[in-house]
Amino acid sequence: MAIDFTLNGRPVSLDVDPDMPLLWAIREAAGLTGTKFGCGMAQCGACTVHVAGEPTRSCATPIGQVAGQAVTTIEGIDSPVAQAVQQAWQRLDVAQCGYCQSGQIMSAVALLTQNRRPSDADIDAAMQGNLCRCATYVRIRAAIHAAAQTIGG
Amino acid sequence: MLFQPHAAAAPAATDATRRDALKLGGMGLVLGLIWTAGPRAVQAQGTAEAPPAPNAFVRIAPDDTVTVIAKHLEMGQGIYTGLATILAEELDADWAQVRVESAPADARLYNNLAFGPMQGTGGSSSVANSYTQLRRAGAAARAMLVAAAAELWSVPAAEITVERGTVAHARSGRSTRFGALAERAARQSVPAAVALKDPSRFRLIGTRLPRVDAVAKTTGRAQFAIDVTLPGMLVAVVQRPPKFGARMRSFDPAAARAVPGVVDAVAVPSGVAVLAQGMYAALRGREALAVQWDESAAETRDSAAMIAAYSALADRPGLPARREGDAERGLAAAARRLEAKFVFPYLAHAPMEPLTCVVRLTADACEIWAGDQFQTVDQANAARAAGLRPEQVTIHTTFAGGSFGRRANTQSDYVVEAVSIAKAIGGRAPVKLIWTREDDIKGGLYRPLYVHALAGGLDAARNLVAWRHRIVGQSILGGTPFEAMMVRNGIDGTSVEGASNLPYAIPNLAVDLHTTTSPVPVLWWRSVGSTHTAFATEVFLDELAHASERDPVALRRALLAHHPRHLAALNLAVEKAGWGTPLPRGRGRGIAVHESFGSYVAQIAEVTVGGDGTLKVDRVVCAVDCGVAINPDVIAAQIEGGIGFGLGAALAEAITLKGGEVEQSNFHDYTPLRIDAMPRVEVHIVPSTAAPTGVGEPGVPPIAPAVANAVFAATGRRVRTLPIGANDLRTG
Repeated sequence: MAIDFTLNGRPVSLDVDPDMPLLWAIREAAGLTGTKFGCGMAQCGACTVHVAGEPTRSCATPIGQVAGQAVTTIEGIDSPVAQAVQQAWQRLDVAQCGYCQSGQIMSAVALLTQNRRPSDADIDAAMQGNLCRCATYVRIRAAIHAAAQTIGG
Repeated sequence: MLFQPHAAAAPAATDATRRDALKLGGMGLVLGLIWTAGPRAVQAQGTAEAPPAPNAFVRIAPDDTVTVIAKHLEMGQGIYTGLATILAEELDADWAQVRVESAPADARLYNNLAFGPMQGTGGSSSVANSYTQLRRAGAAARAMLVAAAAELWSVPAAEITVERGTVAHARSGRSTRFGALAERAARQSVPAAVALKDPSRFRLIGTRLPRVDAVAKTTGRAQFAIDVTLPGMLVAVVQRPPKFGARMRSFDPAAARAVPGVVDAVAVPSGVAVLAQGMYAALRGREALAVQWDESAAETRDSAAMIAAYSALADRPGLPARREGDAERGLAAAARRLEAKFVFPYLAHAPMEPLTCVVRLTADACEIWAGDQFQTVDQANAARAAGLRPEQVTIHTTFAGGSFGRRANTQSDYVVEAVSIAKAIGGRAPVKLIWTREDDIKGGLYRPLYVHALAGGLDAARNLVAWRHRIVGQSILGGTPFEAMMVRNGIDGTSVEGASNLPYAIPNLAVDLHTTTSPVPVLWWRSVGSTHTAFATEVFLDELAHASERDPVALRRALLAHHPRHLAALNLAVEKAGWGTPLPRGRGRGIAVHESFGSYVAQIAEVTVGGDGTLKVDRVVCAVDCGVAINPDVIAAQIEGGIGFGLGAALAEAITLKGGEVEQSNFHDYTPLRIDAMPRVEVHIVPSTAAPTGVGEPGVPPIAPAVANAVFAATGRRVRTLPIGANDLRTG
């Protein structure tokens, strides 16, 4: 049975097993590859997307659970907060290998959408579920602060 | 969204894809250079015909883009940016017009000059081996643009200037962009020799240019191997044996094949592959597989048993890796003698992108997409697995989602596995092999487990007069093609590097090696031998400093008098960190200095240890001498990242065996550093005019000993077993 939901603002209908992780539906059925597979058990955050605006690990979310909901991936973010985050990431050259950065950015956008002036402790709490094996953490913190400045938090 | 093989075969470092480049080529290419034996063996490859495969280091297109061809893998270290900077400097290009594209596998054109006749990335050698090569390539291309302008404008070449992508003749007031000269430049003869800029005239080298891959990597557009999709492609996962050295005895594919979406289950040399219409079905199919293993040759020990066996070996002399004076006599005559043993676990690389390889196999060709690190090695091994000749194998090097050494292995494990799967199904569909995180953590090719035994002797005046260092562990290079070149008199250089070249002036010094064997496959891990030797040597030196009642910095300075680059890095870090200023109770400061891959790094860590034993690394001050700094910001990023990578291992990472099986499986029990444990980091670069060296690895080795020495300063407790989390640091 097809599962209907909204993906980056567009209605989609995917005829897949409702137990299939949202991650693989996004990557393989919808063909959006910005969302990454890192662990498959919500331990690394590389697969982070927004479901109804909330940061969500798509690798551990059965697609059946998002029926009727709005899912946003790295390809679909365009709010002023998202733009500020992406520009800060570029300005500070946060990314190294870049593989985890879609997830990092999705988590950072969610954080700044809810808390426009996060402290280092707020950042650590919000971002500690996102692993970066290149350990770009110094710049992730700095870029979140820089984005907060841009959006006038 | 289908993958078009000519559209994005190489990762587009900017928005210009390879297809764009090839299209432009078709419109009238451009400028290519082939370097063969050296600067005088340059030939032009200008052509207005069918688009050629990229076969040189630079192309200049009529649309004014400058495409630098990268022979090295971009795995996060910023090498696309670094290589482009070096070439663009001598070309006098405008940074905004520069693009980067990955080179095809070619041991003649694109070999790593530090490795010999093979293309590959590693050993922090990319900038070092490319520096002069790409400067010459850029300078030659510049000379051809100048010659083209001189011809076009009928003016003397000597009067023409080039700046930021513009070629100009001041006297006649004429100027034009590179693109307008591209076709004419390609017809110029290649200069027999080129003059390189004096470094005082560098405009790009030494500046903080933005990375060329920054936009792609912040928008989800960067293409990794796992993102490659081909028409009709199947996804494959492999069930591998639970113990290293075991082999598949038999399997029943029926249950796996019954899973919806599963297409086939086939035997391959590494285990049993399940092929499906997608990853979800492939994983469910693998769960349904029933496989019997032959474990008669498998590793069955616990880590603890291996450590005990290694420790016993460390009590005896091994093969000599270095001898100065007479360490045994020096120790026997010493007024005071210290001994210590150090234990290091197996470590996994765990790059964030699990190993992935896409293969399209036909009767006479094999195409591979991978974050490929040893392109010509992988090409040869893939050809063997496919039953083809190497020239029939095309490697498309995508971005790699990290490697840390994992993708550079001489058996080409995951590439050959993917080819084997494609061959096992007769090439009837393209195959994307994906390793799960569990496959990766349990899959071997670890940094080896080591035990070190050190002994040091102080004379009556508390001078350090003897040093004996024994190292016990598996050889990384044994049994590989590197063995002939890099294993001498039974000594694998990667087992002892960082110890056998100890810089300290000690009159009696011995470094010994015991090489052990195990079915557990091992591999270099970011900074290789220095991952363990720097810890043992820098912690033990700290112990000797305290035993001789000398400040750890003062002792190092005294022993490094003849090593100015170590000393300069040490002194810069000491100055910036405020070494010697008092810290509150429960806090401590520790130092380590270590050279690896020709770069000199000193780090000072400040830690807080709670009465309950909780350790927090608060701040790390680092000084690095890597010769000419190509891009100070990329250098800082690599050092920051190296510190975080090394700190994760120092604090908490370990692969342990129980009955030969790996106890860890994913990021809940194999635990790299997370943001909440990342200290503040300050990176200071030692000004230098020496030839540039790498920074991908050298930031890693000093952090673990600096932290362990800081823990001692804070608590009086010595950490000699890694990870530090395995030690009880409670003082309350």
